[in-house]
Amino acid sequence: MTTNSKNNNEILIKVEDLKKSFGDNHVLKGVNAKICKGDVMVVIGASGSGKSTFLRCLNLLEEPTAGKIFFEGTDITDAKIDINLHRRKMGMVFQQFNLFPHMTVLKNMIIGPVKLLNKSKEEATKTAMALLERVGLADRANDYPSQLSGGQKQRIAIVRALCMDPDVMLFDEPTSALDPEMVGEVLEVMKSLAKEGMTMVVVTHEMGFAREVGTEVVFVDEGVIVEQAPPQEFFTNPKSERLKDFLSKVF
Amino acid sequence: MSDFLNGIVEGFSKTFIDQDRWKQFLEGLEVTIGITILAAILGIVLGFLIAIVRSTYDMNLKGKKCKRFSDYVLKFLNFICNLYITVVRGTPTVVQLMIMYYIIFASFSNGFIPAFIAFGINSGAYVAEIVRSGIMSIDKGQFEASRSLGFDYKRTMWHVVIPQAFKNILPALGNEFIVLVKETSIAGYVALTDITKVGDIIQGATYDPFFPLISVALIYLVIVLILSYFLKKLERRLRNSDH
Repeated sequence: MTTNSKNNNEILIKVEDLKKSFGDNHVLKGVNAKICKGDVMVVIGASGSGKSTFLRCLNLLEEPTAGKIFFEGTDITDAKIDINLHRRKMGMVFQQFNLFPHMTVLKNMIIGPVKLLNKSKEEATKTAMALLERVGLADRANDYPSQLSGGQKQRIAIVRALCMDPDVMLFDEPTSALDPEMVGEVLEVMKSLAKEGMTMVVVTHEMGFAREVGTEVVFVDEGVIVEQAPPQEFFTNPKSERLKDFLSKVF
Repeated sequence: MSDFLNGIVEGFSKTFIDQDRWKQFLEGLEVTIGITILAAILGIVLGFLIAIVRSTYDMNLKGKKCKRFSDYVLKFLNFICNLYITVVRGTPTVVQLMIMYYIIFASFSNGFIPAFIAFGINSGAYVAEIVRSGIMSIDKGQFEASRSLGFDYKRTMWHVVIPQAFKNILPALGNEFIVLVKETSIAGYVALTDITKVGDIIQGATYDPFFPLISVALIYLVIVLILSYFLKKLERRLRNSDH
């Protein structure tokens, strides 16, 4: 079970009336959300519903059109803050892995800590190797990303983000680009992270993961959060028609 | 047959041995290589700077309104860079060279500095477009991954984008330098005695165009072959992350 999910109500991320448009296309139409320390928030919804945009707004990879996002008490949509400092505390994992192809696995992992956190190369390497050990890829430290399978790349991408010692991990459909037989190994890593109490926001189509690991499941449709509940309630007792409809299509 | 051989020996000796003319070739070679190297360095520096300005503008500001003061600065720089590329690509190199020598550096009696600056500025425009295409070819996910780690735009460029872009554009960049070597053959227009001019002078002195001109051609060919060899080697070394 997740260790400190609902008991600890320290708010890590608070989203207030978040809106995002691309030209005339209004993708997010006012999203409010609260993510507490230790939460595993799973965001589901049809493609084009705005769930990825919501996630990408959390670390300002997409600049919100309106609304506020508080991370650890700071409004990161404020133009005066240095977003780069806050991004260090927010790990992100992408659908397409986005490992740096010109660096070895180890270099991929230590470049952040060495260049941004001023850690020594030895120290960063030690941390990186321990994390690689944990995901069973220590023997690939000196390989280049092109030598790895999709599942291995994604596990590396996760530990690369962990090397920065983040307070929250954002996952943008981390298993959607994987061959079916590799989905399991990535979900395993994410599960063990959740077990350790890592705060996570996960956009995914893996309902099994949402049910098993999520502390809070959010259904996004047409740019708003339609329904939000703990997984048990969410899946067994959906309230809105739209969610019922969505779940009937998925299961 | 022996007449033919004698002719060759005589031609060779007239072109290279008599009056130590090989020394002139060496001096010409020095000028050609000197201009090329300095112009290449200037071209790379200018090209990369312009490419970074242009691609930063394309990725962040194109089609958007300026909000901050830095946006206006970037927009202005982008305008200057565009103007530079348009003018340099739209006018003949010889004309640029002569403008540099006769107008801008009119007080210089020696053409070397105006020449390498003219060639460097010329090359910079082409390098800029090559580098820009390289930067734009890098997947957006690479920027995002780097930014999400906390790297700012500058460091993302330096650590993530430029190294990958450089590898992709190396063949095109190599091509540009080969063109540059040969383009310096117009340096004679501003009273420089480069290798082409040496061939011309010796031809005038010996009334034999064959040996001097063929020699000049061969010398360029050898320079280009050496350059290609090292570029290939560099390409192979950079490619070791592709498996």
